[in-house]
Order: sequence, then C-alpha cells, then structure tokens
Amino acid sequence: MSILVNKNTKLLVQGITGRDGGFHTQKMIDYGTNVVGGISPGKGGQEVHGVPVFNTVADAVKKTGANTSIIFVPAAYAADAALEASEAGIDLVIIISEGVPTLDMVRITPYLKKNGTKLIGANCPGLMSPGEALVGILPVSIFKKGNIGLMSRSGTLTYEMVYQLTSSGLGQSTCVGIGGDPVAGLYYEELLQMFQDDPETHAIVLMGEIGGDAEERAAEYIRKHVTKPVVSFIAGQTAPPGKRMGHAGAIISSGTGTAAEKIAAFESAGVQVAKQPSEIPGMLKKLLNL
Amino acid sequence: MKIHEYQAKEILARYEIPVTKEVLCYTVAEVKAAAEKLGYPCVVKAQVLTGGRGKAGGVKLARTLADATAAAEAILGMDIKGFKVEKVLVAQGVSFVNEIYAGLTIDRNTKSVVFMASREGGVEIEEVAKDNPDAILKFAIDPDLGISPFVARKIAYALFDDSKLANQAVVMFQKLYQVFLDADASLVEINPLVITSDGNLLALDGKMTFDDNALFRQPEILALNEPDEDEIKELYAKDKGLSYIRLDGNIGCMVNGAGLAMATMDMIKLYGGEPANFLDIGGSSNPQKVVDAMNLILSDKNVKVVMINIFGGITRCDDVAKGLISALEQIQVKIPIVIRLSGTNSKEGLEILKNANLPIVETMSEAAQMAISLA
Repeated sequence: MSILVNKNTKLLVQGITGRDGGFHTQKMIDYGTNVVGGISPGKGGQEVHGVPVFNTVADAVKKTGANTSIIFVPAAYAADAALEASEAGIDLVIIISEGVPTLDMVRITPYLKKNGTKLIGANCPGLMSPGEALVGILPVSIFKKGNIGLMSRSGTLTYEMVYQLTSSGLGQSTCVGIGGDPVAGLYYEELLQMFQDDPETHAIVLMGEIGGDAEERAAEYIRKHVTKPVVSFIAGQTAPPGKRMGHAGAIISSGTGTAAEKIAAFESAGVQVAKQPSEIPGMLKKLLNL
Repeated sequence: MKIHEYQAKEILARYEIPVTKEVLCYTVAEVKAAAEKLGYPCVVKAQVLTGGRGKAGGVKLARTLADATAAAEAILGMDIKGFKVEKVLVAQGVSFVNEIYAGLTIDRNTKSVVFMASREGGVEIEEVAKDNPDAILKFAIDPDLGISPFVARKIAYALFDDSKLANQAVVMFQKLYQVFLDADASLVEINPLVITSDGNLLALDGKMTFDDNALFRQPEILALNEPDEDEIKELYAKDKGLSYIRLDGNIGCMVNGAGLAMATMDMIKLYGGEPANFLDIGGSSNPQKVVDAMNLILSDKNVKVVMINIFGGITRCDDVAKGLISALEQIQVKIPIVIRLSGTNSKEGLEILKNANLPIVETMSEAAQMAISLA
C-alpha cells in the first residue's frame, strides 16, 4: 500500500502539450504510471508520447475513466484548471505550477471541498509511491520502495532527504511535496492521518520550514492522533524576518512563523527534530529498532 | 509588495472610505505650507516602507507653525531601520473618543480571507495578539458569500454598541473587503479606525501589502512599487530566474531549490559560520544562470568564500558539473569555492569536477565546514 497514488491511478496531464507537461509526461510513463490522457484546449485528437489529447477534462474523464489529474498550465490559469478537473469528477488534483495568486487558491478551495476533490499544491513537485506510481516531477532514481512516509514543503530538500534515506537502506511508502505557498491543498494533518492509517508506513518524516503555524498545528495533531514515530527537520533557522525565502509561504511575519517556535512545538509533542537532514536516517533506525 | 500609508489611504478614499485630510510633502517648505493650509493641530508622519516609525520618532504632533517646521526638519532625512525618510505626510489633527482595529488578511489554516477586528486599536495588533488574544475577533470569510451585509453586521455589532456607528461600519467593511479582492492584497489594515468626537468613523492610518504572485494582473499596484537597495538586487535576480536575498555574513551560497538553500544557510550557522546570502538558482544546469548567480554573490564585498550546494534531481549532476565549469571559465573568481554535488549521476559529475581541479566534497556538512575554514 501507499497513500494517494498507486497502480490504480489513472492520470490526466493538464497542459500536456507544454514544454514541462510533455517532458514530465514521458518521465511518468517511463516509471510505469498509467497516464491515460492529456488536456490542451484546441489540440484534442492529437497524441503526446502516445497519450491521447482532449479539449476538456470532462471529455477525457468520460473516455478514459481517469481519477487523478496533474496540472502544468501557467500559474494564471492553474486555479481554473483545478476547478475543471474537480467539476469533471477527478478525485485527486495536483498543481505543479509556481506563482498561483493566493486569492485564486482561496476561491477554489470551497468548491473542491464540496466536490470531495483532494488537492495537492500549488508550487509543489507532486508525489511518488515507489514501485507504484510517480505523479509529479520527482527524480525517480533516488527512491526505493519501503516503509517511510515523507511530506515536505520543499522540492529539492525532499530529494536530499529521500537520497539520504535510500542511501541508508530506508525505503519509502509515499513521498508528498505539499508545496511552498501560503494557501495550499492537503497539508500535514490530513497526510499524517493517511500515513497513520497506511499499514505499509512504519514511520513518518515531516520536512517543515518557516512561515505560518502549520508545523505547530501538526505537533498538536501528532500528540493527539499519531502513534507511529515522527521525525522532523525545519528549514530556515537563519532566515531574516520579513523576507520571502524563495517560497511565497516561507516568511517570518511580525515575529511569528520562526523555526525556533516550530522546533519547540515539535519537541514538546515528543517529535525529534534533526539539526541537519543527514541525522534523520539514524534517528529513524533507532525509533524503529533497525 | 508594500506601499506607503499615503498610497494605502488614496486607495481607501477611492472606495469612499473616509480618511484624514492630508498632504504629501518632500521638503520643509512644503510641510509648512501644508500645515498652514490644514490648520492646527496637525500630525507630521514619516512615510517609510517599514513598521515602528512611531517608536523611532517618525511621527510628531504640531500645534504651531514652529512645531511643524521642527517636526519636518527632524523627520525628513531621518533613518528608520535603515530606511531614509524622503517624504512625510502632513495630516489634519482629529479629535476622537475611541480607537478600533479593522483588518483583512489571508488565514493559511482556514484557507480563507479573515476579517480581524478589535476594540483595542491604536497599538500594534501583534502586541494585542500576544498580550490579550481574546481582544481580537476573527471572522473567516466564505469566498462564495463575501462580506454580505449580514456578515458585515456581525462584525460591526461586535465592535460598536451604537447603531449609527455600526451602520457606518457595515458599509465600510464591505468596501474594505472589495479593496482586498480587487487589489489582490495580502493585508489591508486600518489602525486606528477612530470614532471622532462628532460620532463618525474615520481611517487615521492605513496599511496594505499585496500578493507578489498576483502582481502580473495588478499593473496599477505594481506601478507603486518602490524597491529599496536590497530589493532592487532581489528584483534583478528574479529577472534572471534566480531568487536572492542578501544577508550579513561572509559565506556566499549558491543552491538549487528554496528549501535546500535555507537548509544550507542553517548548516553554515550550525557549524559557526555566517551565510552572506540566500540564493536559489532553480532546477536547471544552464551555465548562464551559474554565471549570473556568481556575479550576484561576488557583488557583495563581504563574501570571502563561495559554497555551491547542488542536489541533482531531474537535472543530472554531470550536466550541472559541465555548466559549472563553463561558467567558471567565463568569470574570474579570486576567492575560494567549495562545491558539493550529490544526487542523480553524482559520480560522473564529481569525476568531471575532479578533472577540472575544483574543490569538491560529498556532503552538505563537509562543504559547510570547509567553507567556514576558508572564510
């Protein structure tokens, strides 16, 4: 098992005729992900890497039975693309696009919720269940099937972490990039619960960063609902206040959202916090008696 | 993106939200003329894109022309948290009986716009949040409903016991929400919103910040941007596809990915060094990006060593290595460089760098320690 994506995932790619959409479609197919269709208005009837292209998501869902969609369209159109997927009955939508206006995310949230559509992103690398499916832009060669569930606000930091886990012999059940924007889809609490319920996940790694108080809330959630071991790393301990550190959501504003507060919250909830990512494999092995 | 108080109040006024009568001035002479025109008392307020100007002495009450002149002389040219005051706002003095806080911002947890209101206005809302959090009322706005009149009434009656004031607030709060939506704001704040002695609501101060991701569709807002020296550099970097923030240390950093770039700074600090910058070059091996990034780092004269930390994901390390070599051939770097390369095809990448006689290490912590020893 894994969470969110697996061998039963039937994937659509919105923006499949674009440069990034096309490139990553090929990568996902190469990994074995079941990419059943692509969307590009006005280009219906064409094929990209052998995948049929449709004008609308509704059309694609009708013809392919797709249940998941990944969005590569430019940021200005990403929210509309997510609404289109939700309206067409897609269960899980992943927005890779970076730079989506915050109010667009605010506007689409209630509609997706009403339709029961799960959202990941925007501004994220997607997700990966090793041995099952890649739905995103993560580099597959560093992954290994196993029992660690991982969630992270950052792309390359996720890769760094996965690389170190794999190098230490610790495989992964699912790795989820939740994205670096202030308003995003599935977040720590929902994912913690999914990993808690997934029999194949034995321990959880949470890669947080400065900005907002989602890590503090996650700490509280772990205290109450998570029995599996959780270890964490928080990026941005040296970030100056008031500056956005690359990610739109990574900002210390009015003295809140600091790494110190997040680390303290985790530690008081019994979650070990690594000083550097390379400490995490050792911490996990100890907790899992490996 | 931030704007000045006077610009925020111009936007409020455009939406017919009552604001103080005021004049923007650049010189002492202009302040004198404005004070004479507006009458006394009046208030001279520094216009700088940072908070805490009151504590820094950037806001002064003037009861006479002499007061106004002295205030202008003191405030114009003053340094507030590194910002030089180049303009001041002269605002008509207002006699009021109470100060309220009203503001809209984005709440990450409810994923909605939240209206914050407090009877304890006039002080920084962060202080109220810390000392007396119950004094701040929060109303999450359903984007489908917006601030319907009934939502505005809920907020207004929580703040005002007097129906006349509540009615004024109902109209004002709906407009305030419209400002927030129309401008793609991330913060719209009136603090204080005062109840004047004659029983009306008036915005004494105004503050707005905007969502950088939405500036592409807000040309009028973007036109108000006044980047400071650091921000000019940040914008230049953005234009080149880089994300750069200057810091005070001496170890220049070049990293792919924002999270990894933050973690790199943290690592340097962990081993006792000081990072000179945050720099995310994104996910490509394009040599031009490395050249641009290196030039940015070297433009900071404090930098004594450059630490390059690349994790090859989609981009392969051998491509990155070739990009680095081609970039380093184009620019003369007179200070030491430490390179850490890991991830996809790292073996091939390290081989290429080794042949080029570049100092390479395998882990982030080794790289940080070596950079510190060379700084």
